[in-house]
Amino acid sequence: METIMHNFLAESVYMGVILTLGTYCMGLWLKKITGWALVNPLLVSILLSIAFLWATDTSYESYSEGANVISYLLTPATVCLAVPLYEQIEHLKRNYHAVATGITAGVLGSMTSILGMVLLLGMDHQAYVTLLPKSITTAIGMGVSEELGGNVPVTILVIVITGITGNIFAEKFLRFVKVNEPIAKGIAIGSASHVIGTAKAMEMGQTEGAMSSLAIVTSGVLTVITASLFAQLA
Amino acid sequence: MRYVIQLFIIICFSFVGEILHEVLPFPIPASIYGIVLLFLALELKVLKVAQIREVSTTLIISMPVMFVPPAVGLISSWENVRDNWAEYLFITLATTFVVMAIAGWTTQWIIIWRRNRKKQEKRNN
Repeated sequence: METIMHNFLAESVYMGVILTLGTYCMGLWLKKITGWALVNPLLVSILLSIAFLWATDTSYESYSEGANVISYLLTPATVCLAVPLYEQIEHLKRNYHAVATGITAGVLGSMTSILGMVLLLGMDHQAYVTLLPKSITTAIGMGVSEELGGNVPVTILVIVITGITGNIFAEKFLRFVKVNEPIAKGIAIGSASHVIGTAKAMEMGQTEGAMSSLAIVTSGVLTVITASLFAQLA
Repeated sequence: MRYVIQLFIIICFSFVGEILHEVLPFPIPASIYGIVLLFLALELKVLKVAQIREVSTTLIISMPVMFVPPAVGLISSWENVRDNWAEYLFITLATTFVVMAIAGWTTQWIIIWRRNRKKQEKRNN
């Protein structure tokens, strides 16, 4: 019985999708009944899915065969961020100086703080360049890390953790540091926690979402340009 | 039928983004080229938002769940950070908040500063 079950899980096409959507729905439900910020549907879904695969001894390959149908939509969904950006373009035009300076400050602040902490904790050059692109969107970050000689799987891991951190804490943290202009909130979230954070910004409001989308594109490209200069500093 | 056309248009932009990513020598992903192209198409009135409204809204709202499969795949990267996971985790968390504060404050300061200056100008006139 157990082997039949095990083989079925390994071969099922829908298992990955069911697991992903099912655990995500559980996350939504848990968030609703507890109301805690830490009970984030994305985080709950990731942890429960890992736990399920581990408990049933199912390989990641058989899970991802089905689940990749879901992540396949990631590129088209990211492309769609152009829509809120277009609809909020007037906000951007009126606040061009603030937005451009804010994103630049975010990119430089990111790399400077990583440099400082790497030196402080005595980590090596490879760890440094692995961390450098941590605030930008995964696909750009991977490229930057690879070019600088970083450890690409670790870069992806820290990028995803960065995004989830932003997604979970952005709303509370921004209130705590008294950032309450919608434009500034959006720029802060997009610069610090790329697409995963932007998903949260979209929930917070149209302006927040649009500015966050803009910050992903701009900070990503700015990081590509400046990371190789920063890489020589440690 | 309308939604099929909407999805088709969006996938077309993703596809052209993919082509640019393949042809151009920059480490910029297909999705970023796609955003820029879709934005230009809307701005130049080649495309109306109404032509992709429902599907694009649905895709954006469903975005978080799309990150679950790649994140689950990261269990295999654990081997790479086992020796100094605490340092990596600390830097990752700390810098996220640092960047959020720096970008947020800078943007907000300038918005408020310019707004006050405009008020001042109005008063002086």
